[in-house]
Amino acid sequence: MAQITLKNLAHSYKPNASAESDFALKEMDHVWQDGGAYALLGSSGCGKSTLLNIISGLLRPSHGRVLFGDRDVTDAATAERNIAQVFQFPVVYDTMTVGDNLAFPLRNRGMDPAYIATRVQQIAQMIGMEDILKRKARGLTADAKQKISLGRGMVREDVNAILFDEPLTVIDPHMKFELRTQLKALHRAFGHTMIYVTHDQTEALTFADKVVVMYDGRVVQMGTPEELFDRPAHTFVGYFIGSPGMNFFDATVQGNRATVQGVELPLGASYAPPKGRVQIGIRPEFCVLAREGGLPFTLTRVEDVGRHRILRGTVAGQQVNVTLPEGVPVEADANRLLFAPEKINVYADDWRVQGEA
Amino acid sequence: MDKTQNNKAWFLVLPVLVLVAFSAVLPLMTVVNYSVQDTFGNNEFFWAGLDWFDEMLHSDRMWDALGKQALFSAIILAIEVPLGIFVALNMPKRGFWASFCLVVMALPLLIPFNVVGTIWQIFGRVDIGLLGHTLAALGIDYNYTSDALDAWATLIVMDVWHWTSLVALLAYAGLQSIPEAYYQAAKIDQASRWAVFRYIELPKMQGVLLIAVLLRFMDSFMIYTEPFVVTGGGPGNATTFLSIDLVKMAIGQFDLGPAAAFSLMYFLVILLISWVFYTVMTNLDKAEGK
Repeated sequence: MAQITLKNLAHSYKPNASAESDFALKEMDHVWQDGGAYALLGSSGCGKSTLLNIISGLLRPSHGRVLFGDRDVTDAATAERNIAQVFQFPVVYDTMTVGDNLAFPLRNRGMDPAYIATRVQQIAQMIGMEDILKRKARGLTADAKQKISLGRGMVREDVNAILFDEPLTVIDPHMKFELRTQLKALHRAFGHTMIYVTHDQTEALTFADKVVVMYDGRVVQMGTPEELFDRPAHTFVGYFIGSPGMNFFDATVQGNRATVQGVELPLGASYAPPKGRVQIGIRPEFCVLAREGGLPFTLTRVEDVGRHRILRGTVAGQQVNVTLPEGVPVEADANRLLFAPEKINVYADDWRVQGEA
Repeated sequence: MDKTQNNKAWFLVLPVLVLVAFSAVLPLMTVVNYSVQDTFGNNEFFWAGLDWFDEMLHSDRMWDALGKQALFSAIILAIEVPLGIFVALNMPKRGFWASFCLVVMALPLLIPFNVVGTIWQIFGRVDIGLLGHTLAALGIDYNYTSDALDAWATLIVMDVWHWTSLVALLAYAGLQSIPEAYYQAAKIDQASRWAVFRYIELPKMQGVLLIAVLLRFMDSFMIYTEPFVVTGGGPGNATTFLSIDLVKMAIGQFDLGPAAAFSLMYFLVILLISWVFYTVMTNLDKAEGK
């Protein structure tokens, strides 16, 4: 086990990349602490899988270095890195039995047969497959196969890290929850570094201590779920985390005042005049409808999602969402939108600006 | 159950029945007809019952030809299948060179059989052939017209040259259908090159390889044109394979009855082996779907 450091890492699939748009992965410095449970979150095509494959050595980065502990492994083959990785679609060795599948990584490392047998039993128990260890893996259902893949990923105890590349995509919802819980338990028990790629925020937030959000080939924020919720460092994080995402308004900011559509709003902090395109962002959870003050709001739709209701509406033609807690009635004449000042974040050119108290 | 019964639908398969009747069943029946009769020409036939079958079952000449045939098939399968797999494994997977290799590999398959025979007949000649002359110049005593072993070697090399491409192309198609994730997972699992072949590539190629073996078996077991052109069955009877011998017997000696009887047995052998292959293959599919 080791801390994984990415140093000036960047990757381009094109041979002579120069423009920034040529890079699938923009230059980054990043450290994955030993024993951390990370979720790598982002929309499709943002470079998550590229990053994962670089860590596991399936892909050699075009720029920068990868370090395990103090050792530079940039040019080391996957096998040398001793890393486990589970892919989005199940990979099982059809002609082997379920048990042989689980034992395969151990056998390849020449482990002691008695140890292999007990370890395979443990893993089989964890994924609920003790009964079919002797069965051929061919012809199993997709989620059974994916469970085998997961099991194979976890069977080695001495791996440097376990990487998951959207592993639960093909699995039933109720099984998803169970497996996620088991992964979490496994992490607590063995303390492997785990990196879990997903585009499902619920999955990311339940699994990880630290969530890394990627956008357009870049890590835009790493933080606890709470940090991502309260202080998104980038408008993408605001929009991507939360359901529905953050509301953004073009604004001018002066001191602790913001002006949106000619209406002056108080802010929770004071800001030096930001440069570039200035926006304020506010979570739907911190928006309130009132009879006066604030911004004019036109309600278009109410969605009841169980625990709360989501009001969809517009402010000056722009889509805005407001979350209404359970039990609060929708009032027909409450058509002004108010924000909780301390929950407003200010963004300049999509990046969050830190205010002064 | 309220099933519509309309037997008129059978008329829809009539064209196919007629076509198959004229292209396969009727010609085969004429062979059956010959096999139970004797003739001395003039379209006069005498009933012979199963005598020809009995005679052929005890004919050393035919058993000898069948043995040679089986040996030939066994040798070329033993060479072409592993070689084809090896070639397929080493072909580039994509890009210009992949297309280039595919075209080059397909070339021998496009050459008509008798032309292949002629090419090798000339290629192997000691006086003017590139191969024969070079071997002679190297001091190797090679002459396919007089030495049985040389004749066999020439025919085998020719068949390998002509047909390994087929095995390679089929195996290549099987390999191309393996998702990249399998290779990645194998790397993650620290599998050796052999393990990758044994547990990923070979199982995925199994289906196409069975087809390749079946095709190559049937084709080589019925081989006629190429050895006929290259060696004419000689030297002596060294390369007189079954079909060559049957043609000699039927057309050369005008022994239509025995030749027809043996043709039918020959046909049944091929049918039987193909059926075994078919059964194995469908069973594999079933195991897959289980």
